[in-house]
Amino acid sequence: MNAWSNLQDKRTEYDKYIGRLWLAVGLIIVTFLMLLLQLSWLQIFEHERYVTASEDNRQQLQPLVPTRGLIYDHNGVLLANNKAIYNLTLVPEQVPGSKSNLQQVLDHIEQLIGLNESDRQRFWQRLDQYRRPYSAIPLRFQLNEQEVAVIAVNQHLIPSVKVVADLVRHYPIDGSMVHALGYVGRINERDLARLDADNYGPTNYIGKLGVEKFYEQELHGKVGFQTVETNARGRVLRVLQRHDPVPGATLVLHLDARLQQLSNTLLRGRRGAIVAIDPRSGGILVLVSSPSYRANQFVTGISNKHYAALRDSLDLPLFNRALQGRYPPASTVKPIIALAAINSGRVGRGYTIWDPGYYQLTEGGRLYRDWKDGGHGWVNLHKSIVESVDTYYYDLAHRMGNKIITDMLGNFGLGQVTIADQPDAIAAVLPTRDWKRAWRNDSWYPGDSLNLGIGQGFLSATPLQLATATMVLANKGRWVQPRMLKRINDQLLTNITDLGRETVPVPNDVKLKNAADWDRIQTAMIDVMHGQLGTGRSSGIGSIYKMAGKTGTAQVLGIKQDATYDVNEIAERFRDHSLFVGWAPANDPRIVLAIVVENGGGGGAIATPLARQIFDYYLLNSDGQLKNF
Amino acid sequence: MEYREYQHILPGAGRHLNKKPSWWQRTRIDFMLLLLIFLIMSSGLVVLYSGSGASFTAVEKQLLRYGLAMGLMIFLAQIDLRKFSRWVPIFYLLGLLLLVAVLVLGYGAKGAQRWLMIPGITRFQPSELMKLVLPLMLAWYLCRQPLPLSYQRILVALLLIIVPVLMVARQPDLGTALLISCSGIFVLFFAGISWRYIIGAIVSALSALPLLWMNMYAYQKQRIRVFLNPESDPLGTGWNIIQSKIAIGSGGLKGKGWLAGTQSHLDFLPETHTDFIVAVLAEEFGLLGMVALLSLYLLLLLRCLYMASQINLIFGRLLVSSYSLTFFVYIVVNIGMVSGLLPVVGVPLPLVSYGGTSAITLLASLGLIMAAYADRRTKVEY
Repeated sequence: MNAWSNLQDKRTEYDKYIGRLWLAVGLIIVTFLMLLLQLSWLQIFEHERYVTASEDNRQQLQPLVPTRGLIYDHNGVLLANNKAIYNLTLVPEQVPGSKSNLQQVLDHIEQLIGLNESDRQRFWQRLDQYRRPYSAIPLRFQLNEQEVAVIAVNQHLIPSVKVVADLVRHYPIDGSMVHALGYVGRINERDLARLDADNYGPTNYIGKLGVEKFYEQELHGKVGFQTVETNARGRVLRVLQRHDPVPGATLVLHLDARLQQLSNTLLRGRRGAIVAIDPRSGGILVLVSSPSYRANQFVTGISNKHYAALRDSLDLPLFNRALQGRYPPASTVKPIIALAAINSGRVGRGYTIWDPGYYQLTEGGRLYRDWKDGGHGWVNLHKSIVESVDTYYYDLAHRMGNKIITDMLGNFGLGQVTIADQPDAIAAVLPTRDWKRAWRNDSWYPGDSLNLGIGQGFLSATPLQLATATMVLANKGRWVQPRMLKRINDQLLTNITDLGRETVPVPNDVKLKNAADWDRIQTAMIDVMHGQLGTGRSSGIGSIYKMAGKTGTAQVLGIKQDATYDVNEIAERFRDHSLFVGWAPANDPRIVLAIVVENGGGGGAIATPLARQIFDYYLLNSDGQLKNF
Repeated sequence: MEYREYQHILPGAGRHLNKKPSWWQRTRIDFMLLLLIFLIMSSGLVVLYSGSGASFTAVEKQLLRYGLAMGLMIFLAQIDLRKFSRWVPIFYLLGLLLLVAVLVLGYGAKGAQRWLMIPGITRFQPSELMKLVLPLMLAWYLCRQPLPLSYQRILVALLLIIVPVLMVARQPDLGTALLISCSGIFVLFFAGISWRYIIGAIVSALSALPLLWMNMYAYQKQRIRVFLNPESDPLGTGWNIIQSKIAIGSGGLKGKGWLAGTQSHLDFLPETHTDFIVAVLAEEFGLLGMVALLSLYLLLLLRCLYMASQINLIFGRLLVSSYSLTFFVYIVVNIGMVSGLLPVVGVPLPLVSYGGTSAITLLASLGLIMAAYADRRTKVEY
């Protein structure tokens, strides 16, 4: 190898090297240009898109649930409030690795506080659904204090789970209030279909029954929202903008919680209903249906087992007898029938009959029996009410016929819903000729009128309707609309329509041709309670105030109820219903009552003493003197 | 005579040959290169401060590491590569031994065994050492082979590359394996391997892709899949790339301003101080910031390549150009990954990303570049 060739070699090698070097420089420049191209693509051409994505990342619109309005009774007793409960949630993104790691976390939680199969199932389902990254999935609801403590102590081992507070409805006095108040429950698919999605976005609960349902709009309030800046883990770092939610209105009901509880206690162990109304305002003081149930268990979801037990109970605790029970009013409508008779002029005010213990439409025809074997002898209007003489009313009914009777009963609110704010109240049946044609496809027979005259047959009424009719009677024909709500947000409400709500109409005031007839009837009703032979006289004894009332005994046989009869219960369940309507004090009515005790036997025996206790409790102070209202 | 002749071949040769070196020249440090390193590092620290959540601790730690790494760089710049080169095969063997040790005794993090513990002192990654040693080894081997390179020699060179690369890939550390193989291939390239082989290699590499795919680990395959379609896994691996693209794109031309990047400061962006730090820069300083950074890198690369072209020793030339291009690969793979051009490979942004290992390796290689450049006039032996 000579030096020159070596040098040549080196020279070609160097030239070659320089060539490659230039190539490298070219490669570098081209590659950098490509990088710049990509960067300008992202930063210039797609800039807007990524700015939006970045803002979406950063900002989150969070709806704020309004606090549901509180409900008080008219004495300021809290009936419904909101209670914090603690739920356990998990952020799956904070559990690194695969699903088996999540499984381990669940197992760990199961060891700590227990986790049943349905909790797990719900969790996996939610995990599969679309969700925002780093959003929490609920694992368990309503942890008790011990469970919260156990989670807190072990928090460092399971950083992905979090105990979060939620406000849920709570009924401090539970068990006796539910048929009056109703309850709230989780929003279901059906609710969702009719809800304002914007206002209910973050809300989990909605009024399902009763006052909670009717005043849902007022109680719910208006949803608020806040724009927050969050980090990638969803933690709120800063509130950028906030519109506070408007909390729901506070409702004060006419309801008297203590009287309600007393009434519920009086009916304990029985099936029945008690409705009490303040006749001056129409305010519902008591609305009890027995047996009752606890509303709180429905709020966060009742278990299937408990629900089945309630649903399948022979006593139908879920059935609201006060609003929906169809009872034959029986003798409790006699004062109204009597009013119809004398007001229509079909009989005179001194009309008197001889009662042999039965009534016949035609000689030798069917016998319509009085409740008293052998009859009451000579009976006038006054006596017919005091002693509840059926024969007298067969006669009156026959003389009046269907229309006069049903018109008058309709004036007192039968056959229609008159209460303003109980959405589930029913109209029951006021059997007009048209009604019978439409529903029974039959004409009206004179015998139908006789049954109607003693409040049996096709006629049915709810305890609320009986109380309402009695209220109109006590008010001498003046109608006030029955309603639950007294005040909303400290504003006294004279009319539900002031809320901008539509409500059912009430009949016009009942005008009599001779206003003295009111006193005539009322006097008779006072004598029911205080007269020598009054059917309720045993309950009137020793009272420092006068009551007016009317007892009733409704025959059960032939009445279709939805219950299936247990063989052992037949005897008891075929007994007559015991009814009472009335008010007190007789000349200055403060409280009107309707009581139905299913299968309670004769009216005077069971229902009337309950009425006395309720009157006393409501009207007397602790010294046994009449309260000043 | 030969020596003098040769000098004239080189551009600008012999100009200052007989001048007495100044004190600065005696330090053997290249001022231009040092300046660029400083500029890149300081802008990196500014971004790091933001990327680490405005904490000085990260910046302080990184400053300390830079100090150590600069010390190493200055130390390596003093080396006489000609004397040093005879130790190269031993270093190479030592490097291989350490890689074996890692596979046997290695200490792992996140499912990969990359670290060796030196009890009580420190831990280090032998694969990083291999990044420095492999180009040395190949340069050492190839600089004594006459041109054109015979295919036997090329085979030997390839073997020298493949053995450590496979061991690193076994750890598994795809990013480092990629960088090491690149550094080796660059030496071959600059050594003048003929285009026939280059084209042949590219063709066979492409045809070997399916084989490579079959031998990949599940997480590596997943990264490729996600690269091809980030939206397929928006919460897992795809999350990183989606978020970094959002960060870059939302930065726009001028950026959101220092410390004002929402993507990074609200933790949407992953690893804001290490592999994804460039997304922070792009978000806060915009396209202009990126252009500035890329310009600094380009200047640094051009300076290095210029320095390479001035070196007499083939060994030095090969070494310097390989190191320079490896540095370039770092930049491209990292920025390409973060901006969604390339799959996610764990390669840091040189002299900017937080971490000691890469800083030390990179500054060591720059030190060796300076050493080679300082001795550029070394008489060539035949």
